[in-house]
Amino acid sequence: MQQRVVNDFSIQVATVNGSGSQTANLVILRSIFQMGIPVSGKNMFPSNIAGLPTWYTVRANKDGFVARKKEVDFLVAMNVETAKEDVMSLEPGRAVLYDEPLKLNELRSDLSFYPVPFDKLVATVCTDAKLRRLVKNMIYDGVLSHLLDIEMTEMEKALRKQFGKKVKAADLNMGALKAGADYATQHLTKTDPFHVERMDKTTGMILIEGNSAGALGAMFAGVTVCAWYPITPSSSLPEALIGYMKKYRADPATGKATYAIIQAEDEIASIGMVLGASWAGARAMTSTSGPGVSLMSEFAGLAYYAEIPGVVFDIQRVGPSTGLPTRTAQGDILSTAMLSHGDTKQILLIPSSVEECFEMAQDAFDLAERFQQLVFVMSDLDLGMNMWMSAPFTYPDRVYDRGKVLDAAKVKELGGEWGRYRDVDGDGIPYRTLPGTGMPSYFTRGSGHNARGQYSERPDDYQNNVDRLARKFETAKSHVPAPVVEDAATEVGIIGYGTSHWAIVECRAQLEQEAGLATAYLRLRAFPFPPEVDAFISRYKRIYVVEQNRDAQMKMLLRLELPAGATNHVRSVLHYNGLPIDARSLADDILVQEGRKAAETVKAATAGRATVTTAAREGE
Amino acid sequence: MEPKKNRIGLEITPYRGGKTTLCAGCGHNAISERIIDAFFEMGIQPRDVLKLSGIGCSSKTPAYFLGEAHGFNSVHGRMPSVGTGALLANRKMIAIGISGDGDTGAIGIGQFVHLMRRNVPIVYIIEDNGCYGLTKGQFSPTADVGSTQKNGQPNDLPPIDTCMMAVQLGASFVARSFSGDKRQLLAILKAAIAHRGTAMIDVLSPCVTFNDHEGSTKSYAYVKEHDEPSGEVNFVPFFEDITVDYDAGTTTAVTMHDGSRLYLKKVAEDYKPTDKLAAMRLMHETHSRGEFATGVLYIESDKDDLLTQMNLVDTPLAFLPPESLRPGKGVLEAVMEEHR
Ligand SMILES: Cc1ncc(C[n+]2csc(CCOP(=O)(O)OP(=O)(O)O)c2C)c(N)n1
Ligand code: SF4
Repeated sequence: MQQRVVNDFSIQVATVNGSGSQTANLVILRSIFQMGIPVSGKNMFPSNIAGLPTWYTVRANKDGFVARKKEVDFLVAMNVETAKEDVMSLEPGRAVLYDEPLKLNELRSDLSFYPVPFDKLVATVCTDAKLRRLVKNMIYDGVLSHLLDIEMTEMEKALRKQFGKKVKAADLNMGALKAGADYATQHLTKTDPFHVERMDKTTGMILIEGNSAGALGAMFAGVTVCAWYPITPSSSLPEALIGYMKKYRADPATGKATYAIIQAEDEIASIGMVLGASWAGARAMTSTSGPGVSLMSEFAGLAYYAEIPGVVFDIQRVGPSTGLPTRTAQGDILSTAMLSHGDTKQILLIPSSVEECFEMAQDAFDLAERFQQLVFVMSDLDLGMNMWMSAPFTYPDRVYDRGKVLDAAKVKELGGEWGRYRDVDGDGIPYRTLPGTGMPSYFTRGSGHNARGQYSERPDDYQNNVDRLARKFETAKSHVPAPVVEDAATEVGIIGYGTSHWAIVECRAQLEQEAGLATAYLRLRAFPFPPEVDAFISRYKRIYVVEQNRDAQMKMLLRLELPAGATNHVRSVLHYNGLPIDARSLADDILVQEGRKAAETVKAATAGRATVTTAAREGE
Repeated sequence: MEPKKNRIGLEITPYRGGKTTLCAGCGHNAISERIIDAFFEMGIQPRDVLKLSGIGCSSKTPAYFLGEAHGFNSVHGRMPSVGTGALLANRKMIAIGISGDGDTGAIGIGQFVHLMRRNVPIVYIIEDNGCYGLTKGQFSPTADVGSTQKNGQPNDLPPIDTCMMAVQLGASFVARSFSGDKRQLLAILKAAIAHRGTAMIDVLSPCVTFNDHEGSTKSYAYVKEHDEPSGEVNFVPFFEDITVDYDAGTTTAVTMHDGSRLYLKKVAEDYKPTDKLAAMRLMHETHSRGEFATGVLYIESDKDDLLTQMNLVDTPLAFLPPESLRPGKGVLEAVMEEHR
């Protein structure tokens, strides 16, 4: 028997889309979490409703690393179609739990195999043949609980939580869970090294998806109008919002709502509604993904040029075009930063965590109204649709920033001289008026206008206006969330953003431990880039920008925005296969680019552990 | 002599807008004039009005009326969504949307369809000249078969009848008029403004520059000749406290949402403006004769509009105080607890 590996492994459940395994998978995730061990769960599902292979990975890690782990330690092979391939891709010493008739144990001799007669077991606990398919999944939970030492009481607690008020269904599933555990106790002998042991690293923490967190943030940010159009992976955000708002923002007696959520006919209409609503003074938002953002392009230009607020959650998925609709990427950075024709610059906020989804939702509304333009919250599928653990969110006590809205006092202060697009304060931000307040009116248009908001095609009026818009964007640099910087005594700096953060954190630990390479780190949280970004880049000799797209979009944006030559020493680490980025590939790539031999170095350092597959991308 | 004032004590000036930059004689200008008259005569505070439009000569017109109202000249064909959003934000406003036949019938047909379907409370005017004015005379989807462009090119695709669509889609007030018919247009506009729900008015509006030549079926002369009014339209605002005798045999009375009433005189014995099928038949029959039925063609006064359906609080969403927008600490704690 190999050395015990405690609280440091990944479980992968391979099933078929539509087989109802999600509940069983969440029960594993939650019960390990309840035992105080840091976890993460990632769903790799096909763009299909039923019938195609799907994988769910639970990672338990005592050190709190929650990025995707490249290697699978414990495979639950429930899908006939992929079982063989899944087994063949495992590193030696790993474990396989499988449906007995598949006879997967005949494929290899260097793995631990646990055959389970699922059909036989499920027949004993579930008399309704139609339900068996669903209940069957809970059996592997039971087996895992025995094999990995996941406490049965925690499993039960997690299961009951998952089923909520559906007591009957919970009882039925409990039966299956117990049957699995009993079977394992009586018939299976543990030969793999993986174990769960109680810790206290998750006390008080929550498990939540990024999209729910974003929706919650939007509610607390005081959103009043939300117009949206269904698209994976963003739909669950407005859907969660509907749930929260119904519960907490409508009068329980009359049902009268302090919000309007409307499913628009398409993304053009949703952004149109957002602009109409914001223009009339509401806090308005939409939620979409790449294809939707593309459709919003024309309106995004209008919002920029006519200076209308609005919040857009972009839950990025893989493009171009329909791409891989259910896979993750950071591929909308460049196109969104300059969304629309003409000289246009949009504000982007980039959350890395569910906590930031919650907080940036609030930043987004404040910034949108302060700067009178769209603010895009650039989440992604990995963050939006997966469960993440987090400290509970803190109650926002900030005062809503409704921006420069003209009132009687301000009119007086301005000596009655109001011009919609006048730069009164020298920060590029004009004062607007809201219809229905009795304040002076103006005519909003996307065509040329002067400082007073009147139609104008004069060259100087046009140029003054777009120069002021540039000034406004400059002002935004000191208002958007600052980057998070960790300096170090080294020549190497890493820049990352969004969900790549979690792999970067782990990769930095690997670089330090395995190769003695210390790294500094800057996590970008917004565009425009605050001054800290330029300073960080100039402090280190070699900078690696880590991103999940092919074309190094953030690096390009840095090149465009920072002074000429400032980014000459900036390199890229890119990952773009649709799967969430992992630390191993990242560390290997950086080592190769640093002129070291990735594979050998790492192999030596991790002797007895996994062999390393080739880096996601060879060095330059 | 004292200048004329309306019931809220305003002169006509605040109802006027900037100087028009459209061609002299353009039908759109006449429509702007009627809009000015309608709002003035009804005594509506211009500041309570939202003016919305898409793109086109027609969509420029909100700059030429109700100078004191907030206006939004948005993007081509997408005024319906902007209007919907604005009304969701502030349900107290009266919205008037101006579109063109290209703006509505071509690029904007999708949004038009959904505006009608939702019964958004807006006065939606199509300034219909059968062509694209602003881009210099190309055919629009309302151009009639056989109509020619200025260069002689004939149109061989059948037109879309926006009124027919509107009735079918759920608009609760559908009318057609002619920009040169002052009395009828004014009456229809007033009725439309008083209506709660989508009031769609297709106003035939000759383009003097690109579509007033021989061979065009939208020329001033042609329309004048083929105009077939569906009835006498009289709008009596409730504040004037006038009761009009209603002759059951010849007229249909429709009570407006704000209590005012609209009186329609039938041309045909079996025509009821509240009867969807009759409206469709009327439009179909006149259209097949190459004629236009004008007047209020369809009305459904008790249909819930979008804002009613959404059961919004009385205060406009835009002006809700932070206290009613941000739930208390307990709510966040409860949600956090659910996720533990
Ligand atoms: C997305 C987009 N496509 C095309 C145009 C060019 N364009 C401007 S106005 C117009 C047509 C206007 O025709 P109509 O709506 O009938 O209004 P009219 O000018 O006749 O009053 C077009 C195609 C545009 N502004 N935006
Ligand atoms: S081109 Fe035609 S529609 Fe445009 S302003 Fe002139 S007459 Fe009117």
